[in-house]
Amino acid sequence: MEKSDLKSKIELLVIGGSAGSFNVLLALIPKLKTPINFAIIVVLHRKSGSTTSISEVFNLKTEINVFECEDKDPIIAGNIYFAPADYHLLIENDHTFSLDYSEKMNYSRPSIDVTFKVAADLYGDKMAAILLSGANSDGAEGLLYVNQKNGTTIVQDPVSSEIDTMPKEALKLFKPDFIANVDEIIAAINNF
Amino acid sequence: MLGYNLVDDEELEILLNDVANKYGYDFTEYSKASIKRRVNRLCALDKFTSFAELRYRITNDENYFGRFVEEITVNVTEMFRDRHFYKTLREQIIPQLGVNSYIKIWLAGCSTGEEAYSLSILLHEANLAHKAIIYATDINPSVLETAKHGVYPIGLMRNYSENYINSGGTTDFSTYYTANYDHVRFIGKLRERMIFATHNLVSDSSFNEFQLILCRNVLIYFDKNLQEKVFKLFDSSLESLGYLALGSKETIKFSELENRYQQIEKEKIWRKVT
Ligand SMILES: C[S@@+](CC[C@H](N)C(=O)[O-])C[C@H]1O[C@@H](n2cnc3c(N)ncnc32)[C@H](O)[C@@H]1O
Repeated sequence: MEKSDLKSKIELLVIGGSAGSFNVLLALIPKLKTPINFAIIVVLHRKSGSTTSISEVFNLKTEINVFECEDKDPIIAGNIYFAPADYHLLIENDHTFSLDYSEKMNYSRPSIDVTFKVAADLYGDKMAAILLSGANSDGAEGLLYVNQKNGTTIVQDPVSSEIDTMPKEALKLFKPDFIANVDEIIAAINNF
Repeated sequence: MLGYNLVDDEELEILLNDVANKYGYDFTEYSKASIKRRVNRLCALDKFTSFAELRYRITNDENYFGRFVEEITVNVTEMFRDRHFYKTLREQIIPQLGVNSYIKIWLAGCSTGEEAYSLSILLHEANLAHKAIIYATDINPSVLETAKHGVYPIGLMRNYSENYINSGGTTDFSTYYTANYDHVRFIGKLRERMIFATHNLVSDSSFNEFQLILCRNVLIYFDKNLQEKVFKLFDSSLESLGYLALGSKETIKFSELENRYQQIEKEKIWRKVT
């Protein structure tokens, strides 16, 4: 409680998720304390060409403004940004987004590794990254990279993950700052 | 895998200046995040161990510079990518173009040609191909070679055929190509009205006036400043009442063109109204 009036320690939170993460986000995003003092980027693997926009889904569930990134949009604290389907999401030094249609990484576009890495290069210890449920290995190396750049890292507890491959891949590589279930992740974010 | 960057921001700038001075290819206004990633990827692929080594090779080996251009520009593309977009082209834009006595289309950044063949299929199905001409251009000569041949791996056809159907296509997609072992070749009649040429959006000027310009997923690689310059180039190459089509996450919003162009529904297609 006292923490809420402290200036937040981070400027950016990046959340990566794949199969089984959508439900985590549905539980998590509505419970975030508003306003948030940092920006949140969500890189979620999903099918391209779906007709309902993901930002619309989440805008109905929170007071926080939720956007699907367009090329060169500025990153503004207090907002949530979803990586668009079928593009990698990069960040420029002036804190604007750039989209990239290059080869898939780990069979994924957007790739969580790509955004974790570019964010870590720019934000270092001013960022946190969370890796959620998923069925592949995307995000594990990127999370390690965030850790090496002194960012805060959280892995969803494999036991609480709908599909535990992705969290386990990360845990094989290193010990993150927190291994947390969904409630603990919410509490951690509200404390940043 | 996710190694540290061999080339940092300052070195990248030095390299891009070298390249602009020596070869006349100006990448200095490309969006840095992507180009930095590409250059570092190239270093890993070709096993460079220092920036100096990379710089020496690029500035002293013209053949290697060719590889540099191929590898730092992103050539990924697909047929009938974005079903809504192609549906709108098919149902609204192409019939509208059909009222003219000729149809001139510029496909800028056509990569290996998948978009050009998609467009050509739409024109044929609208019975407009005979009076249409597609100028397909790219900075990278090697992708244009592929585009000219129209030969693609057979494994991609399933996905392309699905995209085609999802965007409103009703013909048997396999009638558009002949299969040969592991490759297909798109049929000659689709190529008849296409012209492939190199054109650099950064440095080359307008070369004709068009009724439709498509430039998709190229501007994401440019910074705002360069995007604005390219918008001007497109504006001066577009007839009035012509259409400009961009990639699904690109926009002319906030550009100088915004007020003179009208968006077609929610698509990334704008009509030049004044
Ligand atoms: C990601 S591909 C897009 C292909 C296709 N338009 C699509 O959307 O599927 C980008 C293309 O832009 C080309 N390109 C990059 N810089 C360019 C420039 N300065 N002038 C012309 N083409 C350029 C690249 O060579 C590449 O083929």
